[in-house]
Amino acid sequence: MTVVDRRPNAEAPPPGLPEESPLKLSTKSTSLSRHFRTKWQLWVMVAPAIGFIGLFMYGPMYGIQLAFREFDFAAGLAGGEWVGFKYFRQFFDSPQFWTLMRNTVVISVSTLIVGFIAPIVLALIINQILGRRKRRFMQTATYLPHFISVVVVVGMLQVFLSPSSGVLTRFLRFIGIDGVNFLGDASAFVPVYVISEVWQHAGWNSIIYLAALAAVSPQLYEAARIDGAGKLQIVRHIDLPALVPTMIILFILNMGGVLATGFEKIFLMQNPLNLGVSEVIATYVYKIGIVGNQFSYGTAIGLFNTLINFTFLVITNEIAKRVSNTSLW
Amino acid sequence: MSGLIVFAVLYPVYFVVIASISNPTLVATGQVAFIPQDINFFGYQQILEDSRIWRGYRNTLVYATVGTALNLFVTMPAAFALSRREFAPRKLLMFFFAFTMFFSGGLIPTYLLYRDLGLIDNWLVFILPGAVNVYNLIIARAFFENSLPEELFEASVIDGASYFQFFVRIALPLSMAIISVIGLYYLVQHWNDFFTGLIFVRNNEIQPLQIVLRDILISNQAFAGGAGGSGGSGGGSYAQQFADQIKYGVIVVSTLPVIVLYPFLQRFFEKGVLIGAVKG
Repeated sequence: MTVVDRRPNAEAPPPGLPEESPLKLSTKSTSLSRHFRTKWQLWVMVAPAIGFIGLFMYGPMYGIQLAFREFDFAAGLAGGEWVGFKYFRQFFDSPQFWTLMRNTVVISVSTLIVGFIAPIVLALIINQILGRRKRRFMQTATYLPHFISVVVVVGMLQVFLSPSSGVLTRFLRFIGIDGVNFLGDASAFVPVYVISEVWQHAGWNSIIYLAALAAVSPQLYEAARIDGAGKLQIVRHIDLPALVPTMIILFILNMGGVLATGFEKIFLMQNPLNLGVSEVIATYVYKIGIVGNQFSYGTAIGLFNTLINFTFLVITNEIAKRVSNTSLW
Repeated sequence: MSGLIVFAVLYPVYFVVIASISNPTLVATGQVAFIPQDINFFGYQQILEDSRIWRGYRNTLVYATVGTALNLFVTMPAAFALSRREFAPRKLLMFFFAFTMFFSGGLIPTYLLYRDLGLIDNWLVFILPGAVNVYNLIIARAFFENSLPEELFEASVIDGASYFQFFVRIALPLSMAIISVIGLYYLVQHWNDFFTGLIFVRNNEIQPLQIVLRDILISNQAFAGGAGGSGGSGGGSYAQQFADQIKYGVIVVSTLPVIVLYPFLQRFFEKGVLIGAVKG
């Protein structure tokens, strides 16, 4: 916390700190009523946002208790009897549990690793391009797929990978790889998922890294070149270190989503042939809860998922704070 | 190297476009690679005649315009208020907002809440629950904090302006850049929203474009002209080929607005990411 000198005759505050304004009075003597008298307009401005977030984000949090209650159609959300951890035990004991855990972890960890590295590599490559126009074009081209909807991307996967008429299938046959059925083969699910994620988002996610690279002083590059550093050495000793703080923040944020794998895309890519590897916790919650009307059980599984996510986020943040002094909070 | 990457990224998009206007038999046998062959618009004709597509388009347009208007109306004032450093509760409020980025009630409690509020099968479900996106709120707040000179505020206060007046007359006109960025983010979000329709809406009349797309592209639902999905009505591989051509056409028609506008808007989007990154 920075303490701002608020005495009327104080010297001008150092640059970067908020300056005095007539509406800002000494915090010490500001009573609650004074606060509302001078700041009520600000409260009016945030009120709608507080209302919407309160109702639609915190409202469901109130409903979490359903995970520990028997859902009672007549009595509603908070009317059923307490059953403690019954539904959690039911989930842990169910034959589905380990399959779901394995699928969720495999899909999210591979997406996390590949999806984390790809934008960095892409940014390093784009950064090597000399010439503004070529560079702009490359950026425009690689950002584009980010704006295509999930439904269309999965639709494209289906027509491209179709075993009879797909372009990619035919191309592989042309170069001598025959008999691949991407959509029907369970072992192809994760690679297809991860690669299409990279295709769609790597360009967009590279923006932040490009900005970090743009901040590197050109003198550093010149000095390195004079010292006889090659391209790879420059990447290794100048570019990569410049990216580390950004990498850590983005890694923490991604870790928080480690089990929150993209419900929509997985759901759309599911078919009876790949269900053994494509059923993840999120899709299972949908099927159990919304389709199957088992509200309490679905809530319990969902809560388990959220808690693991949150724990991952906190742990990663803590580690990052200790190791590198960079953290989210 | 970079040429190869550009090719790998753009070719699928390009192929969809040329396949949508080429003879489907030639597409299916691999004779269309870079130049459209035996151009015809059969697929597009079928799409134009399909009422589902138009209905989905119309619904999505309504949700996107009304939704984005509400989004901006709620997000911008809140971001402004949270950017005022003398607003003591701002830290607490920021936590109130940011916490929801990492923790949520989950799908089932959300569903039950919407049900109790009467939002199931109600078109307002596309508008109200997403009225504020916390990430966009943080971007807008960072913009106000970094780009509105404090002197400007002081000068207006001396001239007798209230917070409302300062916000409407001075802050907003100076913030057209961030309003367009945030507005575009919201617009794309509405345009691509598939989840809401899937979970909370059963009534086909109010389903957005993305749900219609799912039915045609992925669930292979038959088309009016009989060129249906893989299990189509007896046409065998012939029908399948037309079905594919229709699919390519549907991809083009549904993505066209985004792709056409994209080159003009790209800088805006990029700016949004970078403003957002200032404060993490």
